[in-house]
Amino acid sequence: MVLRTLDVLRPQISDGLLSLKQGTLYPLLLRLEQEGAIPSEWSPSENNRRARFYRPTRAGRKLLKAEKSDGEQIAAIIAYFFEVKAQDLA
Amino acid sequence: MRALIRLFTRLLNFTTRRRGDERVTDEIESHLATRTEENIPGMSPGEARRHARLKFGALEAVREDNHAEESLPFVENLLLDVRHALRVLRKSPAFTAVALLTLMLGIGANIVVFGVLNAVLLHPLDVSDPQSLYQIRHKPWMSGRLLTTSYPAFEDFRQRNTTFSGMAGIYGYSHAGLSWRNAVMKVHGDEVTGNYFDLLGVQPELGRFFHAADEHGPDSAPYVVLSDALWRSAFQADRDVVGTTVELNKHPFTVVGVAPARFHGTERFVWPDYWMPMANEEQVEGSDYLHSRTSIAVTVIGRLKPGVPPQWATENLNAIAAELAKEYPETDDGQSLRLIHPGLLGDDGDVIRGFLYSVTVLALLVLAAACANLATLFAARAADRSRELALRVALGSSRRRLVRLLLTEAVTVSLMGGAAGLVSADLLLGVLNRSDPFVGQLTVSVEARVYLAGLALTLGSALLFGMVPAWQTWQSSPLQMMKSGPADAMHLRRFALRDLLLGAQIAICTLLVTASLVAVRGMVRALHAPLGFQPQGAMLADLDLSQVGQAGDVALEKKKAMIEAARGIPGVTAAGTVSRTPMTGGMHGIPIFRPGTTEFKLNNAVLAPYVFTMSPGYLDAAGTRLLGGRDVSWQDTTKTPYVAIVNETFGRKMWGQTPAIGQRFILRGKLTEVVGVAEDGKYHDLQESPQAVVYLPLSQSEDGEAVFVVRSRLAPNEMAAALEGTLSGIEPNVPISVESWPDTLEGELFPARAATVALGVMGLLAAMLAVTGIFGMAAYSVSRRLKELGIRVALGARKTQVMSAAVGRPMVLLGVGSVLGLLAGIFASRLLGQIVYQANPRDPVVLGGAVLTMALLGIAASAIPARRALAVDPSILMREE
Repeated sequence: MVLRTLDVLRPQISDGLLSLKQGTLYPLLLRLEQEGAIPSEWSPSENNRRARFYRPTRAGRKLLKAEKSDGEQIAAIIAYFFEVKAQDLA
Repeated sequence: MRALIRLFTRLLNFTTRRRGDERVTDEIESHLATRTEENIPGMSPGEARRHARLKFGALEAVREDNHAEESLPFVENLLLDVRHALRVLRKSPAFTAVALLTLMLGIGANIVVFGVLNAVLLHPLDVSDPQSLYQIRHKPWMSGRLLTTSYPAFEDFRQRNTTFSGMAGIYGYSHAGLSWRNAVMKVHGDEVTGNYFDLLGVQPELGRFFHAADEHGPDSAPYVVLSDALWRSAFQADRDVVGTTVELNKHPFTVVGVAPARFHGTERFVWPDYWMPMANEEQVEGSDYLHSRTSIAVTVIGRLKPGVPPQWATENLNAIAAELAKEYPETDDGQSLRLIHPGLLGDDGDVIRGFLYSVTVLALLVLAAACANLATLFAARAADRSRELALRVALGSSRRRLVRLLLTEAVTVSLMGGAAGLVSADLLLGVLNRSDPFVGQLTVSVEARVYLAGLALTLGSALLFGMVPAWQTWQSSPLQMMKSGPADAMHLRRFALRDLLLGAQIAICTLLVTASLVAVRGMVRALHAPLGFQPQGAMLADLDLSQVGQAGDVALEKKKAMIEAARGIPGVTAAGTVSRTPMTGGMHGIPIFRPGTTEFKLNNAVLAPYVFTMSPGYLDAAGTRLLGGRDVSWQDTTKTPYVAIVNETFGRKMWGQTPAIGQRFILRGKLTEVVGVAEDGKYHDLQESPQAVVYLPLSQSEDGEAVFVVRSRLAPNEMAAALEGTLSGIEPNVPISVESWPDTLEGELFPARAATVALGVMGLLAAMLAVTGIFGMAAYSVSRRLKELGIRVALGARKTQVMSAAVGRPMVLLGVGSVLGLLAGIFASRLLGQIVYQANPRDPVVLGGAVLTMALLGIAASAIPARRALAVDPSILMREE
């Protein structure tokens, strides 16, 4: 359910931290689907509208975990560089 | 892995043309609907929907991005471009036909040349590890002489060297009458040392090969290995032939095996019919060369030990040669040696290599000229289409897209032309292979490497001629393109580029025309070079009496009888025999000494002339003029003083201005008196410098070899039948081959002929390209300036003025290009020298011919456009548009 995800992310997006058009998401979803990470299907949503639901597979979860740890590592490294002070290097 | 799965899915989507457009549209609709619903509290429905769409972003862009993710947009666009290109090309069939034809010729010529180059030079010999296999040659550069050394010296080299893991000897001139089931056929093959096959690392197709262990001294190994071709042609591919006995020159030999079809010994052009152990050579040759240090009979090949550089091996061999010269001063001259890769007739390899590489360069030049031609055509077309292109840019097409469109067009044309070129090259090579025009045997096949080269050439030329219009389009601004009409003076710069292309094309074409004229001149010169004999009107009959075990006086009497019988045939004017006719290879000098020499060391020899043994009447039959003295006669026998006839060069080198007749020299240990002087000639090949030659009487010689030379007034085929009948009437059991003399010399003239054909074809292609180039340029400029010319005529321009306006520029380019081409030809004389003996592009005939050709081509090509310009009727033109 794409909209739910967007709702969760909304504060960040609307705060202007990350300004993305919502439609940008769809090609990315398709790519993930082609990689077999999140197959999708049409189902009725809670307000009885036809909506497309994406669910991660096991491979998808593994992928998420891997990407997550990669991302965290990169973030950590970058953060470390910002915290280094001149006297640390001396 | 993930990327692979994705690629596969996309490929699948692409091939099945599955489209997810509908799904995306639905999904987006559901997205927007939900959002709109959520927005409704506090907004009007229209406002709510607008808000939702704003948040969502550009619908079409998302849809396109989605599509791009889904399938292979690059390939899809490519297909669209190709389809468009095909449509555009179909719209102008004349243009397409010219472009395709040009490319077909250019690429086809290159594929043929590369095919030959590949078969002759790039294809390794079919032996294991051909890189470490070397042939040992004498230091002085020698043409045609394959033999390296005597058999005893070969044994010395083999035992004393420390740098070769193995060394084998080959005598490649073995000829025999092969009898099998009452049939006798003439075959030729290699006599090889027992380790030959093991050294080369070849495996038999059938049966086994012989090995060093099979030999236990002379005549101990009566085995023969058949070539696949002989096995198929003479033995009907009978598998049971292995183990049976055949006769070679009346001596029994056991067929032990058949060589694989790919294996043809170590020479590319001469394919042996059989291989037999050298230990048994006397049975076939009729004479023993295994124990004589003076018969240079062995070609030596060897395989270097792993890690030993050829340099060390050469030094090692030279040290041995020097030792041998000390130990055997009478026979071994200690000439220094060097290593070459075997396969191309010894040192002729350099000539062949130079020839093929030079022809390749010329073929590439033809393609370059073709590309220049096509670039001009395509640029002109792009200029004509400038409005269409401008419209495309104005409608939002990116320049990159436009360039891609034009390049796709070029690549499409060139792929089609390349395919046509490949097919025609394949057909041409097929015809060439069947008609067997190559010296000896050689099959040129179009294989993977040739296909790849063809593809590379095709794409390369597409880039060359496709870049020009693409670049022009890139440079121009759409506004300019829209504004300016087709015949605008603003295009001056574009014309300048096209002028450059045409000039380059004409220069290349002039160079090629010059080259082909040089080749034709060389051929004419080769054909008219004084040979010292007259092959026209003479027949050669080859029969070997030693094949029926006859030798000595019996054989001599028989030959005498045969010559008499041949003379008796009506129409015959002269007949005689000679040990071997000139220009059939295998010549080597025999040392001669001045009278009074006691030590017959090679260092004391005065000359090393070629020696021919002949019967009385040979000189007459061969058409060699006797300048003084007498012919040999049957009365010169071993009991009378030894006599000889020498040629002019021999006399001059030995005795200078003193008349040669009556002088003496020592040959093979016998004091010989000169009784006659014959004219000089060519003995080994057409290129040789004047050679000293001695003719000895057959009746004083131990050498039994004899080829019958019969001169007659009859037609060759009549004569052949009569001669064969007469000779076999006297000796029915020997295979006789009768040929006309000019036919046997074909091989010798082959290089000159091949060069002439190759360069002639290139020259012709170049001439065609020059014509289409000039014609295209002139026709184009006339058609674009028709209106202007009409106005000029209306204003009273004279014919010459109209002409110069119409075709002046192409003519100027023709002049400039021709001069540049001629200069290039003069500077490229080294290149041409590789192809044609004594090529001289400064030859006034060649220069004049090239200028005349280019002028005629120019006139022919611009005649039609010029006529069209002159026929301009202003009244009709002005009413148009």
